[in-house]
Amino acid sequence: MTFGGGYAMLPILQREVVEKHKWVTDEELVDYFAIGQCTPGVIAVNTATFVGQKKAGTFGAVMATLGVVFPSLIIISLLAGAIEAFSHLEWVQHAFGGIRICVCVLILNAVVKLLKKSVVDKITAVIFIAVTLLAFFTTISPVVFVVIAAIIGIALSVKGGKPL
Amino acid sequence: MTLYIRLFFEFFKIGLFAVGGGMATVPFLYKLSDATGWFSYNELTNMIAVGESTPGPIGVNMATYVGYITGMSDYGVFGALLGAVIATLGLITPSVIVILIVAMFLKSFRDNRYVNGAFYGLRPTSTGLIAAAGLSVAVSNLFYADALKEGAFLEGVNFKGLVLAVLLWIFTNKVSKTKKLHPIIFIAASAVIGVLFSM
Repeated sequence: MTFGGGYAMLPILQREVVEKHKWVTDEELVDYFAIGQCTPGVIAVNTATFVGQKKAGTFGAVMATLGVVFPSLIIISLLAGAIEAFSHLEWVQHAFGGIRICVCVLILNAVVKLLKKSVVDKITAVIFIAVTLLAFFTTISPVVFVVIAAIIGIALSVKGGKPL
Repeated sequence: MTLYIRLFFEFFKIGLFAVGGGMATVPFLYKLSDATGWFSYNELTNMIAVGESTPGPIGVNMATYVGYITGMSDYGVFGALLGAVIATLGLITPSVIVILIVAMFLKSFRDNRYVNGAFYGLRPTSTGLIAAAGLSVAVSNLFYADALKEGAFLEGVNFKGLVLAVLLWIFTNKVSKTKKLHPIIFIAASAVIGVLFSM
């Protein structure tokens, strides 16, 4: 759903994990990916944990997960160090001035994409608008929104009506 | 030491409650900025750009970056690296625990009525949280609060930024030749424009 994040990983996973190593099947990978999206945390990490668990139990899950985050640790640490060292330069600050505008647009695009999958009827539209306004204008913690939303969702499914 | 325990705990919380992929961590991070002062909104927005421009899941990149910056403020480069590792481990620990539990009853999890019900409510909430974070970033980058408070409306608006934002929106949504390009291209172009026009 994000730009380079979890979704970009699916084709690579398919090639490496399914076709090359045959650790899991295509169907299993899609299942893991779907569950990875609707469990807390980063999708790529969740999927890696699943594949590792399937192949080598709890230890495999931990190793696969560490494998996914290791490149980020190295690359980001190097970049963060470099950026900190040069951030006092005026032209670097101007560059980030431009970059931050780009981030605004990228977030807007991500929200529009997410809307198509998350707002599917009147109830979800109301939830989306209410959360956006409350989160923007108040200092309520995101944790509170997440917990209340889960409770409302479960309550609606208990009340019956259409299968969600 | 307490800084690192706090760092682990904060990212554990984010890993547990941020549902729906890497971008879902962003609203939590703005809140973390408010609560701790470890980094500013501007720094965080820069981090998002770096996280988007590098390989790896954005949520993990954000945790590493925030951990690095936070650790560095107290203990230099060694502290920075330790912070990066601890924040990242904090973020992924809940994932590993939850997935290991879910893997035990995989089939029933996906078809479970209550699980589906919970996510019916969680999906628009996650999107709403990201939208609100996006609004905060947009307001702080497109307007200058100090000038607006003094009633100087023309000085209070970042016109160069507004023009760039509109152009970027057009190129990422409307122009078929460019809208499929990787975000790093737009980020790099924005950096060049930022330097050229002193943004």
